[in-house]
Amino acid sequence: MTSTPRYTRLSGLEPLVITPQILFVNVGERTNVTGSAQFKKLIKEDRYAEAVEVARQQVENGAQILDVNMDEGLLDAQAAMVKFLRLIAAEPDIARIPVMVDSSKWEVIEAGLQCLQGKGVVNSISLKEGEGPFLDQARKILRYGAATVVMAFDEQGQADSVARRLEICERSYRLLTERIGFPPEDIFFDSNIFPIATGIEEHADNAVNFIEAARELKRRFPLSHISGGVSNVSFSFRGNNVVREAIHSVFLYHAIKAGMDMGIVNAGAMPIYDDLDPELRERVEDVVLNRRSDATERLMEIADRHKKGKGDKDTATTLAWRELPVAKRLEYALVHGIDQYVTEDTEEVRKTCTRTLDVIEGPLMDGMNVVGDLFGAGKMFLPQVVKSARVMKKAVAWLLPFMEEEKKRTGEVGKPNGKIVMATVKGDVHDIGKNIVGVVLACNNFEVVDLGVMVPTQKILDTAIAEKADMIGVSGLITPSLEEMTHVAKEMARQNFKIPLLIGGATTSRAHTALKIEPHYETACVWVKDASRAVGVAQSLVSKELVDDFLGKVRSEYAEVRERYKNRGGNKRLVTLQQARANGLVLDLADYVPPAPRQPGITVFDDIPLTELLPVVDWTPFFQAWELHGHYPAILTDPVVGAQASELFADAQKILAQVIEEKWLRARAVIGFWPAARVGDDIELRNGDEHVMLHHLRQQAEKPVERPNLCLADFIAPKDSGVADWIGGFAVTAGLGIEEHLDRFHADNDDYSAIILKALADRLAEALAEYMHREVRTRYWGYAPDEGLDNEALIAEQYRGIRPAPGYPACPDHTEKATLFRLLDATANAGIELTEGFSMYPAAAVSGWYFSHPRSQYFVAGRLTRDQVEDYARRKRWSVAEAERWLSANLDYDPD
Amino acid sequence: MTLPYRNPARVDALLAALARRILVIDGAMGTMVQGYRLEEADYRGARFAGHDSDLKGNNDLLTLTRPDVIGAIHDAYLAAGADLIETNTFNSTTISQADYRLEALARELNTAGARLARERCDAAEAGTPGQPRFVIGVLGPTSRTASISPDVNDPGFRNTSFDELRVAYREAAGGLIDGGADILMVETIFDTLNAKAALFAIEEEFDARGDRLPVMISATITDLSGRTLSGQTTEAFYASVRHARPLAVGLNCALGPTELRQYVDMLANIAECHVSAHPNAGLPNAFAEYDETPEQMATSLGEFARAGLVNFIGGCCGTTPAHIKAIATAVAALPPRALPVPCDQAA
Repeated sequence: MTSTPRYTRLSGLEPLVITPQILFVNVGERTNVTGSAQFKKLIKEDRYAEAVEVARQQVENGAQILDVNMDEGLLDAQAAMVKFLRLIAAEPDIARIPVMVDSSKWEVIEAGLQCLQGKGVVNSISLKEGEGPFLDQARKILRYGAATVVMAFDEQGQADSVARRLEICERSYRLLTERIGFPPEDIFFDSNIFPIATGIEEHADNAVNFIEAARELKRRFPLSHISGGVSNVSFSFRGNNVVREAIHSVFLYHAIKAGMDMGIVNAGAMPIYDDLDPELRERVEDVVLNRRSDATERLMEIADRHKKGKGDKDTATTLAWRELPVAKRLEYALVHGIDQYVTEDTEEVRKTCTRTLDVIEGPLMDGMNVVGDLFGAGKMFLPQVVKSARVMKKAVAWLLPFMEEEKKRTGEVGKPNGKIVMATVKGDVHDIGKNIVGVVLACNNFEVVDLGVMVPTQKILDTAIAEKADMIGVSGLITPSLEEMTHVAKEMARQNFKIPLLIGGATTSRAHTALKIEPHYETACVWVKDASRAVGVAQSLVSKELVDDFLGKVRSEYAEVRERYKNRGGNKRLVTLQQARANGLVLDLADYVPPAPRQPGITVFDDIPLTELLPVVDWTPFFQAWELHGHYPAILTDPVVGAQASELFADAQKILAQVIEEKWLRARAVIGFWPAARVGDDIELRNGDEHVMLHHLRQQAEKPVERPNLCLADFIAPKDSGVADWIGGFAVTAGLGIEEHLDRFHADNDDYSAIILKALADRLAEALAEYMHREVRTRYWGYAPDEGLDNEALIAEQYRGIRPAPGYPACPDHTEKATLFRLLDATANAGIELTEGFSMYPAAAVSGWYFSHPRSQYFVAGRLTRDQVEDYARRKRWSVAEAERWLSANLDYDPD
Repeated sequence: MTLPYRNPARVDALLAALARRILVIDGAMGTMVQGYRLEEADYRGARFAGHDSDLKGNNDLLTLTRPDVIGAIHDAYLAAGADLIETNTFNSTTISQADYRLEALARELNTAGARLARERCDAAEAGTPGQPRFVIGVLGPTSRTASISPDVNDPGFRNTSFDELRVAYREAAGGLIDGGADILMVETIFDTLNAKAALFAIEEEFDARGDRLPVMISATITDLSGRTLSGQTTEAFYASVRHARPLAVGLNCALGPTELRQYVDMLANIAECHVSAHPNAGLPNAFAEYDETPEQMATSLGEFARAGLVNFIGGCCGTTPAHIKAIATAVAALPPRALPVPCDQAA
């Protein structure tokens, strides 16, 4: 049994599933007669073939949905819509993405919907004409199988304040979901992006209000989406594209962080936030965030300087970056997706290298790493990365003949070493690493059949048979690709394959391959750590002399990994879940009244002075990070490590002083309290009208008499007791802003300072968690107002109440962090992102639950038997396999 | 918000059976009709003796002119163990019947087709009271496509429209409901836009009646490219029809079990509803015949069941009662695919 998350599933010829991993869906805006003069001209002059090319460019530039709008007074919009949609339906390159049917006229929308075989999006409906027409249209949209944009517009007019936006969106949402069962995941709110910097006082908050509304809408309606037409925001700078694009970039940077996840943009013209001229960025940011009263004036002052003539759009910047050294030029070209000069630059580097391969392994890979970092930090979008990959390919293409030539010169002609079929697995688009491996293998005389990205298993297998391949290599970057690779292995076994399967990609590992993939395909399955290992592995596999020995080694290595895994955790006996529950902790509620928090709901701490945290820093782990063992402060005078520890501590204090003085790091926190009741091993929490289940696990180790088998839920009053109880949650970070300083240290090759800084940030984050917990006990929850503990007592946890973190011993399921983050809106409120693997970014962050009961204590949930895992899976609405995956470190048995 | 079922007791019986086991759909109609070697006169019968165009090949018309033949084919599949019988209405829309100038007969063909199938099911149920039998009212793809141009020189041209299809399908659906179909199935979908028009029409018809039937949706992956004729991947197809909240989605026709498996697997992974598969008896040979034996098909479809891919299984072109009997035996003791549990969290 599997569980299916409610993702938005749109489609053209191919699906577009909006998962949380997709930060932002960009909707191509150039096929819109109201937004593009060029497109309008083509349609009006009946030049549809050229109009279709505009659509193709949008898709090539990375549009994931195509907005089509024909609303123009002199056009028969309905006929034009139908004609255009039918024409692009015949172009597989274009029709692969979903269409957004955009019109202010319902007849045009309906005519458009009748042309879509895929699931498209309507843009838009609203309460402007009242509930009747709104619901009628929504019912039809549902019946046509489309999603819809809902404008924040009602009978009174268009929403401009945050409150009106929320009011209208909430009302629309309730009507849609409650009255006609419209799926919440098919709703895209457009709460109106209005121009800023218009010179009119009331407009100053236009962007801020949109962003704030987005934040709240995402919190209230997590299944729905936030959309908007971005170009509106910069309307007052029309004629100055540089400033307009800068405004778009800054606006999106902040809006996306707040929860905006779709926008109508010009996918081809979106500068990268980090790349903006710093002065321009700062002044634009002042305007977007309305940070100062003279923001508009200050932007106007410099706007003209950044203006470019119509024809020379890129001349100014072009000249500047072309002056850089060639390696930097390649990096620039890769980051910006400019392929114009890449061949000549690549050639320039090649002439200076002894081996052609050095060009790839050197400057080109360096540039791609920058791309990877920017993408990871949310500062580049998928389409830009796609463009980067294209530049990379062009460079590699230029080099290939030279590598062939070298191969001939070194005498390695004739029969290739072997043949490999390679692919990025289904559902994954990342192929840079795989391409590099392909190039490296090709250089070493392997014949490479590269099937590209998102390749279904059967196609890989069929190709391997047709090509008589000697091996198959699959790659992937995102977590679900791991499952897909297991699928490939299973299918290879089922279809009686005999050739080796190579596994690669950033999320793969020896352990995963050994535990989850190799057992399904024992014939030959090898994890390849990186491109540099690929040749060795491939050569061993095709060599008659080496192969048996090599595979034998790999097999025994993997068997050992599995053995280690099986044997972890000693031999303590476990009791059944039922027995463990019977031996749970029962709170004596007769004379105990759980304390109510003084400040229920969410409280945000935006910038906590680091000096407040210094007294609560626990320094001992700081030394542990450097493998210096001993307790602080005794360690400073330790006979063995004292000298080193003191020196390290002095250096750390120096950097810490700078961190505080120059405000390198920003500390943010969010806490919240909610009414809660225990239901079995779960805790039912009430967040407004919403009931949220927190799932917990129970110890199953056999206990001595009088020692209960604990579960965190035990510390909350049971629902049937009728006693009102509460639970709290928190997320804190002290790592915001660390990157630029780490970069500076790395740039100076000063790894030492960089590691100190990271370790300091970790300490500050821990200190902040401790500091907030005290604030909570004494003030915000306030159950221990008179608590007076010194720092050592704090570290020794001599206070009442605990703050266990999901993913740690008392509650080892990392995925519960998603619930915690949603309740706290931690990403918006504290700037902490949750990655798809449920780790926190910045890394210097702590999150967890607050329990107040005097008997609450930390414990280790420990190993779990199958009956608890099955029970937990039921409660989480997971399949058992899913539960086993997430709890794999705690399983006391080998899953099937 | 959601209309009640027209016949709640029968739907309960269907859902109860689905929870227990894999249900078996019958096999091909066309292959079986061929075995009777019927001539123009058989197709015409007395009623259409004077009709002004050829009628041979209009298999749906046999429901009216040779109900004995169609009824016997239903009986043979029921005896083979089929839980569900498809009505002989694959081409019973005004659009497809226009090829024979019998547009006016569309509603009647559907009503009679459903009635005949229901009658045979009732008879079978009387013989095996523990096994309820259900009539699937079939809505075929029609002979037109709404999203592909028939003229290579004019990609914007269409020989039908959403509205034309909607009207035709609504009439057919109305006939099937009147005749007593238990389920409606939009099947052999080459072009998802046709299917969307059919689903739209079905909803309109349900609205007008104030009640509804369970709906099944089954697409055709036309060749080894893994796409429908109109170019969609399996997953894109699912996204396009999911709004209809079907009882089941599935794949049928064009491919044999071996070729179809990966697409059924994909659907089984993502579908929030039940999954059906009724493949052909292999790929057609040089003589356009289907070679896969009952035993071969039972082996490969048995594997579908063991892998947890399906809730409904059956056969399409080239399959016979012998195939269905072998398939029914192969899956009888195997558990159905478990429905995924919906999970309301976005992350």
